[in-house]
Amino acid sequence: MSRRYPEPRMFRCPDRLKPHYDAVIIGAGGHGLAAAYYLARDHGIRDVAVLEKSYLGAGGTGRNTAIIRSNYLTAEGVRFYDESLRLFRDLSADLDLNLFYSRRGHFTLAHSDATLRTMRWRAEVNKHLGVDSELVGPEVIRRECPQLDLSCGGHTPVLGALYHPPGAIARHDAVAWGYGRGASQRGVEIHQQTEVTGIRVQGGRVAGVETNRGFVETGKVLSAVAGYTPAVMEMVDVRTPLEVHPLQACVSEPLKPWLDTIIVSANLHLYVSQSSRGELVMGAALDPYELHSTRSTLDFVEGLAGHLLELFPFLGEVRVLRQWAGLADMTPDFSPIMGKTPVEGLYLDAGWGTWGFKATPVCGKTMAHTLANDRPHPLIEPFRLSRFEEFDLVGEKGAASVGH
Amino acid sequence: MAKTATMSERLGPQPGERIDREQPVGITFEGRQYRGFRGDTLSTALWASGVRVLGRSFKYHRPRGIFSLCGLDCNALAENRDSTNLRMDTTLIEPGLEARAVNTWGGVQSDLYRFTELFSRFLPVGFYYKAFHRPRGLFPFYERRMRRIAGLGNIHPNRPLQSTPKNYDFCDLLVVGSGPAGLSAAIAAAELGLKVLLVEEDRLPGGTLGFQLSGQPETGTLLEELLGKAAALPNLEIRTGTTAAGCYADRWVALFDSRRLTKLRARGLVVAAGCYDQPAVFRNNDLPGVMLASAAQRLIHQYAVRPFRQAVVLAANTDGYRAAVDLQRAGVEVALVSDLRPQGEASGWREEVAGLRIPIRRGTAVYEALAAPGKRAIRGALLCPLDEGGDPLPDRSESIPCDGIAMSVGWAPADGILRQAGARMGYHEALQQYVPDRLPAGIFAAGRVNGVYALGDRLEDGRRAGRQAAAYLGKAGSEAPAEPPRRGEAFSHPYPVVPHPRGKNFVDLDEDIQLDDIRHSLQEGFDSAELLKRYSTLGMGPSQGKHSNLNGSRILARLKGESLASTGLTTARPFTSPVPLSHLAGRIFSPQRRTPIHARHRQLGACFMVAGSWLRPEYYLVPGADRRATIQAEAEAVRGRVGVVDVGTLGKLEICGPDAVAFIERMYTGRFAKLKEGRSRYLLMCDESGMMVDDGVAARLAPDRFYVTTTSGASDGVAREMTRWALTWSLKVMVLNLTGAYGAMNLAGPRSLEILQPLTDIDLAPDAFPYLGVREGRVAGAPARVLRVGFVGEWGYEIHVPADAAVAVWDRILQAGRGAGIRPFGVEAQRLLRLEKGHLIMGQDSDGLSYPSEAGMDWAVKGDKPFFLGQRSLSILKTRPLKRRLVGFAFPETYGGPVPRECELVIHGNEIAGRVTSAAFSPTLKQVIGMAYVQPELSAPGTPVPIRTGGCRLVTAHVVELPFYDPGNLRQKERPA
Ligand SMILES: Cc1cc2nc3c(=O)[nH]c(=O)nc-3n(C[C@H](O)[C@H](O)[C@H](O)COP(=O)(O)OP(=O)(O)OC[C@H]3O[C@@H](n4cnc5c(N)ncnc54)[C@H](O)[C@@H]3O)c2cc1C
Repeated sequence: MSRRYPEPRMFRCPDRLKPHYDAVIIGAGGHGLAAAYYLARDHGIRDVAVLEKSYLGAGGTGRNTAIIRSNYLTAEGVRFYDESLRLFRDLSADLDLNLFYSRRGHFTLAHSDATLRTMRWRAEVNKHLGVDSELVGPEVIRRECPQLDLSCGGHTPVLGALYHPPGAIARHDAVAWGYGRGASQRGVEIHQQTEVTGIRVQGGRVAGVETNRGFVETGKVLSAVAGYTPAVMEMVDVRTPLEVHPLQACVSEPLKPWLDTIIVSANLHLYVSQSSRGELVMGAALDPYELHSTRSTLDFVEGLAGHLLELFPFLGEVRVLRQWAGLADMTPDFSPIMGKTPVEGLYLDAGWGTWGFKATPVCGKTMAHTLANDRPHPLIEPFRLSRFEEFDLVGEKGAASVGH
Repeated sequence: MAKTATMSERLGPQPGERIDREQPVGITFEGRQYRGFRGDTLSTALWASGVRVLGRSFKYHRPRGIFSLCGLDCNALAENRDSTNLRMDTTLIEPGLEARAVNTWGGVQSDLYRFTELFSRFLPVGFYYKAFHRPRGLFPFYERRMRRIAGLGNIHPNRPLQSTPKNYDFCDLLVVGSGPAGLSAAIAAAELGLKVLLVEEDRLPGGTLGFQLSGQPETGTLLEELLGKAAALPNLEIRTGTTAAGCYADRWVALFDSRRLTKLRARGLVVAAGCYDQPAVFRNNDLPGVMLASAAQRLIHQYAVRPFRQAVVLAANTDGYRAAVDLQRAGVEVALVSDLRPQGEASGWREEVAGLRIPIRRGTAVYEALAAPGKRAIRGALLCPLDEGGDPLPDRSESIPCDGIAMSVGWAPADGILRQAGARMGYHEALQQYVPDRLPAGIFAAGRVNGVYALGDRLEDGRRAGRQAAAYLGKAGSEAPAEPPRRGEAFSHPYPVVPHPRGKNFVDLDEDIQLDDIRHSLQEGFDSAELLKRYSTLGMGPSQGKHSNLNGSRILARLKGESLASTGLTTARPFTSPVPLSHLAGRIFSPQRRTPIHARHRQLGACFMVAGSWLRPEYYLVPGADRRATIQAEAEAVRGRVGVVDVGTLGKLEICGPDAVAFIERMYTGRFAKLKEGRSRYLLMCDESGMMVDDGVAARLAPDRFYVTTTSGASDGVAREMTRWALTWSLKVMVLNLTGAYGAMNLAGPRSLEILQPLTDIDLAPDAFPYLGVREGRVAGAPARVLRVGFVGEWGYEIHVPADAAVAVWDRILQAGRGAGIRPFGVEAQRLLRLEKGHLIMGQDSDGLSYPSEAGMDWAVKGDKPFFLGQRSLSILKTRPLKRRLVGFAFPETYGGPVPRECELVIHGNEIAGRVTSAAFSPTLKQVIGMAYVQPELSAPGTPVPIRTGGCRLVTAHVVELPFYDPGNLRQKERPA
């Protein structure tokens, strides 16, 4: 406890852009910063610029509800997210920053037979791959979350749940800061308020990026801009099947800790956890239509409040402090798009929809590997962009739509 | 018994006070008894009794008292038997109220958590990010302890659910705020004929007119005059106690009062919400006794409570001088006015103050509030002159005894609603305030929020805004000047911040953020408004930065050497003040659908199950029989005799119009152009990527009219998609969703014909009404559509009748079938019967990635049509090898092991090779059968299917051809003997 203040800067913000970098990363969200960190740390590529049009963590990284889990549905998905979970567990020590990684146990409630069925599928796949995940009955839910009204207001009783004890939450911003600091310490430059406005391609190869602060030459570009991917890919005429929808969330005033677990109900389109500050962090399903905007809607909080009170009727007097929205870049199969693109030297990390925060470490690691070797990391091979034209999808809809 | 404290600080009657002295109210706070008057809030009643410590701060648990007295005292939160996080400054007292402060350990007076402050030197900004994470294994231990001290109020898990119905409303013009500007805007607009609604958060109207009286009773008269005018206008409604908390697209405004949420559509909006009084930042500026001048004025004029005995007024504007006058008149001894400005006050209020013999110190700051023991009050103010640069000169400080400091050093616009509505704020250098720079069409601002301060100017600015709004809404003769009268001296000091080497100069009281915390955040690289907010948590507390964001921005700008114009603001988001979940939820609309025959099912002893939004009979309880046996008996009844099942949950759509055929051909994979009238055909719908999404039956009723069914869960979604596609394709077709308008039942089994014929005028003779035929006629007197189809694979009729006739038809059928041994059957028996037939259930035997070839459904896809949804994808998929295939499997009759459950895995060589989608014991076949997706190599009949069931055990079935039962379909086609 004997630290001296002020502490050194977490990340340096150089005034000028250099004319050339070995690699440029678009987007200082968690993914872009993590990729920069592992490029510098594991692959010795340090002459890297991360360009961010706004501030560090301005996108989904600073807006998400920070649920971390690996109980996905496909073998490809489970392996990938489980590796991320493993990295997350050591990340605070790794980055020397307390990310408040907090293991809470994750319950996805089932209110119908049909939901129970999909959950059994997930549980079976998870267990086969060594992930701690199982279908449990109401008694286990009652034990872990005694405040929950299992009758759900009397009309859609909770029949069971998919229980994933390693499910966790973390402090989202800190993940970006930690990676930013680690990258910066290793020589990476982070430029905020620097927007990439074009990507220069010569003979099918990346030659550099245009920014609002001038041209930067580079042979390798990683686009890690999540909800902004369609705009960036348009710069090079690469089509993706992404659709961008707003995803909203809200928080309550701080309460004394009472909710230890993460509760998700797909039937009620709702999830809730309690942050380390005591706020209830709540979210629901995606907005139903495509829209590139982070406006909030009243319907969203109204619907969410109703469903929350069905599960926790005593929360009526608890107040909602603020609501917000982020952009979710949705793929048709609810799995990400990662790897190379038809443009040589342009790498893509996108399709993070509602589930990308938990993947931050593994994305950074595998994308850094992909950039450094110009070859997709084996873990992300199934998520290649070309899978859509090859009809080789990785269907995660059953595991990703509300659960995040 | 404990003594009730006396109201030692209560003043004599004040004009316009909000309390009813005739009605004393006894309350208990932290176990002690107090008395107040009806109309007092918890804070004012306690303050009147001399209580100073109302709460403890979030992080360091420092004592806190009254600060704003306008609903923003987030360090004075209380809880009682059934409520938590009550704002003490606005919560009215009720007889018998028993409250205590939130988040203390052992009570607010000597809260043991206060020792966290001892470590505060070691708890600088971002501290938690830098500690406790090593070694990894220990964090959970620390975390448990940290969580114990986190949060504010406790929940009450037994509190009953209160449902508060919502209201809908609309008006021409919504005016937010009932101060002079708001009132005059509302009156001006209403006089021009607009329907105006004025909302006021406070429980009484008037805004500053209710508390900035400065010993001038005329202000009160002005308020009465304005309210009189307003009352005379029938098209102007004033709602007090009502907060405009959110403004969404197209002026959709969320109004909250104590009872409910009102959702209002306003054609125009005038925001005259005023300003939030801003604190000065100096050491111990948070302790009880230090408050905003406006809070002191509210105490005096609204509650007749003396804020302190002896005060120092810290001023940087006229309002501070007016407050000094108010205080002195209320019997407070004002020791002096310390004015941050070197030039002091220019208005006549300076003489007024001087005339009361109150000394004035120009260019002087409060350097520190001197804490009384335990920091439970203050005992003085340490004053300190400022040098030309505005920095304090501590060696020339002077100590003034006092128990209160009232500050008036600046104002921040209450611009939440404005900004949510799309206004852009710009920094006005002369006023040192953010003012609206660019307003979207239909949005107007008036009064202090608009940078207009003099009372006369505010009235004028309100009129201007009201008239402009009227002009915008098309009222002739309502021209108004475009520019607000922003003039006079600044009411806000550019930098009311005094550094102190020992800190505890708080910028954000909600979050206990000190000046140094902001400095350190910046030094660590969090040097923009948004990053600073996230790292330091500035403005993240319950009052959402209303008293801290502006000072935070001032400090940030100063440290970066920028102007506030370039520092910028963080995004304004709903809600402007926190709103209860119960109001948002309203009565909770989670409708559960029941078929028209529901009551009969109940009488018949049905066990219900949830299916999408529907409740359906799972099976009908037979006393003494178990579930499995009952379901099997129901199935056997259908196979052997006859049964009837309620299929009213099926989606029922009517598609009509000249392009109906073309439309159906596009929506579904099959061909329908040549389907004859009076015939029906199976339907399969894919999405654009070729995945199966729904199925049903299409019956052609007329050349341009089809009756189409969907699966139970999908009706609304399919109807919506159809409507969308019909528009996209510009086809002349109408989609009617009749799902709720019709009831439906399926009468199935070898004896169905003989039961139904006597009840209907339709000729059921097999030649007259063949398999897959459709007939319209009457069944049991009701107009009916009868389809000769059946999911369960027996001779049968699907009978669709208007919902109100369904019960009667059901009853008649059961009656008519009694002799034949008819039995109602539920969803489970139906699922078993269709499994025997190898029919798929969409969503169970298919998933998000199943396409027809995988499921053996190619027969339903006519790829050579010009177009249908998914066609392109399916033609590509055709060229790729299958990755899995849906097969039937069966166990030998001798198998005595467990029945595999749906979604258990097929395991091959310790790898996942597929999954079971359906499985059951078939009473007809006397063996366990099922369907599963397996790798194509494992799909040939006879191949073993090893299934892991019950977690570990492998059981092996073998692939068999589908269907299991009646492959020739003879039971449905050939007249039963
Ligand atoms: C409300 C909400 C809740 C969520 N909850 C969860 C959850 O519980 N669990 C979970 O795992 N995931 C969750 N997610 C999803 C998750 O937030 C995102 O998938 C993830 O943050 C994506 O991170 P990223 O680093 O790829 O992108 P982002 O954090 O979005 O970063 C992209 C950055 O790129 C910048 N940028 C864009 N265009 C340009 C350009 N042209 N030039 C320069 N910079 C540019 C943006 O400003 C942004 O900072 C949630 C999302 C939302 C909105």
